[in-house]
Amino acid sequence: MTAMIDIAGARKTFTMHLQGGIELPVVSGVTFHVDPGECVVLSGPSGAGKSSILKMIFGNYRCDSGGIGIRHRGAVIDLATAEPRQVLNVRRSTIGYVSQFLRAVPRVATIDVVAEPLIVNGMSRADAQARAGELLHRLNIPERLWRLPPATFSGGEQQRVNIARGFISDLPILLLDEPTASLDAANRSVVVELVAEKKRQGVAMVAIVHDDEIRHLIADRIVDVTSFAAAA
Amino acid sequence: MADQVLLDNDEPLLVAESLSKSFGRIAACRDVSFSLYPGEVLAIVGESGSGKSTLLQLLSGQLAASAGHVSYRMRDGVARDLATLGEAERRFLFRTDWGFVHQDPAQGLRMAVSAGANVGERLMAVGWNHYGRIRDTASDWLTRVEIDTARIDDAPRTYSGGMRQRLQIARNLVTEPRLVFMDEPTGGLDVSVQARLLDLLRGLVAELHLAVIIVTHDLAVARLLSHRVMVMKGGRVIETGLTDQVLDDPREPYTQLLVSSILPP
Repeated sequence: MTAMIDIAGARKTFTMHLQGGIELPVVSGVTFHVDPGECVVLSGPSGAGKSSILKMIFGNYRCDSGGIGIRHRGAVIDLATAEPRQVLNVRRSTIGYVSQFLRAVPRVATIDVVAEPLIVNGMSRADAQARAGELLHRLNIPERLWRLPPATFSGGEQQRVNIARGFISDLPILLLDEPTASLDAANRSVVVELVAEKKRQGVAMVAIVHDDEIRHLIADRIVDVTSFAAAA
Repeated sequence: MADQVLLDNDEPLLVAESLSKSFGRIAACRDVSFSLYPGEVLAIVGESGSGKSTLLQLLSGQLAASAGHVSYRMRDGVARDLATLGEAERRFLFRTDWGFVHQDPAQGLRMAVSAGANVGERLMAVGWNHYGRIRDTASDWLTRVEIDTARIDDAPRTYSGGMRQRLQIARNLVTEPRLVFMDEPTGGLDVSVQARLLDLLRGLVAELHLAVIIVTHDLAVARLLSHRVMVMKGGRVIETGLTDQVLDDPREPYTQLLVSSILPP
């Protein structure tokens, strides 16, 4: 198998105990794979379960049944059954996730927020900050903001900091949840370029993108999530 | 979410096996088992009376278990059952390889002696005897926990709550322990002071590759600091897993209740 992600028959249901134990089926029979250098875009209306699938691939949501095979350091690991420590290892060296919103840590400077994933993987602070600076430049975050914590930035600025943090690592898998949602045209095209560069580096990506134009520009393949609609 | 280097093939630092503790007819802690690895931060969450503080005392050998074992891998690599350690050995462990951060800093500090002595005392307990070096190291640690070194000769009773808590942390970390127990470390502090302390702790834990067992009722603290969480109710662990997974996709009714009780930021 050469796929980086190989999901087979994955199912997710929420049981809402506080609402009398009602079952909320989200998706079932989720099956697709993603090869290196390929960007798969999940499509479907709001509420179809796109974000839930992305969160299952990141190990953030549990998977009720089925498997989520991830190629991690040359071997396949099933995230549906992995131990917490293994999931953390996979996140550190294999899967990156660019969420819609930055979860800001108080007091940490923007440049360090962006550089952190590289430092965690052993790069020197100076080198990591240099790479963080390049990315922030490309994403049009003015240098005078780099030393400030991003908590007070505008929504679009925070999202660009988040994108820089997500794209800085050399991880072989990237999950993108609406990476261009609150960006202007210039910054959207920077993100399209960044995705193209990742593809050339062989990174496997799964993305949720509502903008038709952006989807057209980055998608190699579209997986229709409505086909995984769970029978209620 | 805390990020740090966790190795694949290391040995657990601490292993709890079927730990139980009863006080008379009341079972405060029932059948708790888990392994903690070097550099791993485990949060124990649950409401008052759920047994989390009792568990912390069992794990740190301050309370004898009614049943079950705790083993700890000493610096020589040998795992020892805490119940078989002598009193002197256990005290030595507490002064060197372990730290314990109490909710009330007055319990972990000597309030009437200087801040420098509070930190230096732990070094003297492990055999340091050069006054100048002890003072330099103490002053270094005050800086690391963001206490102005001009206050080194003041006693902690002249400090604010946040400063006292940071001093307690310095006193614990100066001997470079591998495992630190924390009991509601941000409990009695103002929100702004809490945020600063959490940020400081998060940095130190990653930098020193500390293993931490932290008891908290504050899920935001668990989210920011821990890799893994155990939810306790009625003395039992009812749910456990990766912190963001348990908090974002809680499975048990009680965990769903805890998570849904947080006010949105």
